[in-house]
Amino acid sequence: MTTATVGTIAAAPAAVNYRDFAKRAVIAGFVTLVLASLLVGIETVSTVNGLQVATRYRAVLCASLGVAIVYFLVEMLKAGRTLVPLLVGLAMIALFGVLEWAKLEGLPLGDQLPFNSWVVNWGVMLVPLSLVLRSLYLTFWAGGQGAVAAVGQRETGFTRFYLRYNKLFGALLILFAVGLPFMPFADRRLVDVATLVLTYIMLGWGLNIVVGLAGLLDLGYVAFYAVGAYSYSMFAVDAGLGFWAALPIAGALAASFGLILGFPVLRLRGDYLAIVTLGFGEMIRIILTNWWWFTGGPNGINNVPRPTFFGLVFERSAPPGKETFAQFFGLTYSPIQRVEFLYFVILVFALITNFFTLRIRRLPISRAWEALREDETACRALGINPRNTKLTAFGLGAMFAGFAGSFFAARQGFVSPESFVFLESAVILAIVVLGGLGTQIGIVLAALVLIGLPEFFRELQDYRMLAFGIGMVLIMIWRPGGLLAHRDPTIFLHHGKGKT
Amino acid sequence: MALFLQQLINGITLGSIYGLIAIGYTMVYGIIGMINFAHGDIYMLGAFQALIAFLVLGVLGITWVPLALVITLVVAVALTSVYGWTVERVAYRPLRGSTRLAPLISAIGMSILLENYVQLLQGARNKPMPSLLGGGFRLMSENGFNVEVRWLQIGIVVVTVVLMAGFTLLITRTPLGRAQRATEQDRRMASLLGVNVDRTISLTFVIGAALAAVAGMMVLLYYGQIDFYIGFLAGIKAFTAAVLGGIGSLPGAMFGGLLIGLVEVMWSGYFSVDYKDVAAFTILVMVLIFRPTGLLGRPDLEKV
Repeated sequence: MTTATVGTIAAAPAAVNYRDFAKRAVIAGFVTLVLASLLVGIETVSTVNGLQVATRYRAVLCASLGVAIVYFLVEMLKAGRTLVPLLVGLAMIALFGVLEWAKLEGLPLGDQLPFNSWVVNWGVMLVPLSLVLRSLYLTFWAGGQGAVAAVGQRETGFTRFYLRYNKLFGALLILFAVGLPFMPFADRRLVDVATLVLTYIMLGWGLNIVVGLAGLLDLGYVAFYAVGAYSYSMFAVDAGLGFWAALPIAGALAASFGLILGFPVLRLRGDYLAIVTLGFGEMIRIILTNWWWFTGGPNGINNVPRPTFFGLVFERSAPPGKETFAQFFGLTYSPIQRVEFLYFVILVFALITNFFTLRIRRLPISRAWEALREDETACRALGINPRNTKLTAFGLGAMFAGFAGSFFAARQGFVSPESFVFLESAVILAIVVLGGLGTQIGIVLAALVLIGLPEFFRELQDYRMLAFGIGMVLIMIWRPGGLLAHRDPTIFLHHGKGKT
Repeated sequence: MALFLQQLINGITLGSIYGLIAIGYTMVYGIIGMINFAHGDIYMLGAFQALIAFLVLGVLGITWVPLALVITLVVAVALTSVYGWTVERVAYRPLRGSTRLAPLISAIGMSILLENYVQLLQGARNKPMPSLLGGGFRLMSENGFNVEVRWLQIGIVVVTVVLMAGFTLLITRTPLGRAQRATEQDRRMASLLGVNVDRTISLTFVIGAALAAVAGMMVLLYYGQIDFYIGFLAGIKAFTAAVLGGIGSLPGAMFGGLLIGLVEVMWSGYFSVDYKDVAAFTILVMVLIFRPTGLLGRPDLEKV
């Protein structure tokens, strides 16, 4: 089916310019064809005789045709015509279903599936599915034909709902988090994933102080995470310090790193700051990799001890002079006790970070951060010292990253520079921004979506990061203000900000 | 002396490549004020498409090197430009007029997307490329240390100079360049005066991507191997170069690229290879602290 036939089947009311749609759809399809022609259409295969090429042109054709058709349908949806997109979307899904079925039955038709990988096939099917859902939504819930897709920064029903029941929602969430390990469906894997998600929530909340409140774009946040992780590991392995004794030192070290790095660069504006912090993040990683006699080089540090519960260890048998958790409380030993304990440790850490942020927002220093974020020149005029104010935000953010880093090292049992690549910084920043800058619950939501969901699709390993990238772009396009687009009311003198 | 001369030659070659990528950053930053984080990956796409084009030409039986080079260059530049255009159209244009952070996040997402796209389609392994332009000549010899200039290095520098000259003409003498400069100064005013701002911005991305594709092809020929991850570091260094030269300034980008290339190569030659990336970043920090507008940049007046 080509796009032209779709255009003629639809009985066109005069208001909608199908010819224009078709033209643009053909262009979109053609662009896809060009884009895919070499990179998708030709595969480079390494053989003993050097690189060989293999073609896979069916994928290119299917992709171009699909893009053209979907583009046309989306334009129709935007114009408020829902029937044709619904039918064509269903037809595409049905066609796919038949092909999948044929493949399952071993029929020759089954070889005609557009892509070689079933993950991509199923993933691509999400597009017609969302078309169908969208047209159903527009037909039955949004008042039928006339309702045109609303785009933009409107506060959606969800945001409004959240704002009204803000406190209740937060309390319920905390209750749920506390009760999670005791739920019947909670197995070790779930608690593990929850621990990971909480680590990122804590990092997100920490970075939120820097990016959300103070408006300083930090692309090297992972550096402080690394400082925390390495300082705990070194204190523990080389000096024999316990987790709880080393924790404040690690936090203080990370914070002072933040101050030292921040001091020279914080007078830079926006994007420059971003790139310098990115540079610092990479520098710390390179130093950790190459300074092998101090940091263990690429192998990192092994055998980092786990945290204890008031001196009670979580092992099968206690080292001399110590008692295990299970012995003390008269329980039978099970490895899940340690997993659950770690979960509660990070839960408490994260909640402390959250509580700290919520309280500090009532203090003058946080007001100063927000004022600086909105207009630095005005702040200077009002006698706020921009550098010191920014430094506190930077240092505090770094401190929480340091705590989270110590926890990370203690949980993993080893640290290596591999864990502190730029991608981590990008992920944390994405959590903060996608969650909606400055909102605490938005960060929880974003961390669940970005970290929690992919963990359950580990089978799709190879496609995880691809989906992650697509997700980041799509969420930004649909909701540029983040999932929970809302900022606490700040006093504005005038809206149109000057050149930033 | 001989080592210095050899490193100087290598540094200029590397610097030319960085300079070509840096132009893409500096133009985009100048015109819409965003760091196009995916630009490094556009360069990587250019290198990959050049590689595939070479292989296809080999299959088709076109083995006369000059012809193959020209065809590859044209194909890689054309296709990569379309990528540049698409990235802008899909990921940045819907966010124009949004917060300053939104396009940056979108760009980071785009960069992750493109890297994984290529990794999934072409595999994560290094892709080797047979050497096409071997040979060179010996410039001098000192205590048994030969200073060699490869033909390829001369080629890279010449192509860069030609492109730079053409590009400067484009910016200063053509209607497109005038539209670009107008959009850079005041987007709203330019659109009121009949400049098609969206088209101008799109073309900026296209030109940036085309230059990045040339750089990608040069790297492919120069190092003889590429992988899907080359865009990240090269992108950061090129951005460093753009900042060093003064962001928004085109000669600055080229100059900054040369400087970064030289520093990196000299550092590897005289100190340690392990820390060559640290050297580039140190320079960036130093420049930003002591001369935030870059070496050739204009001071940016802050309006109240």
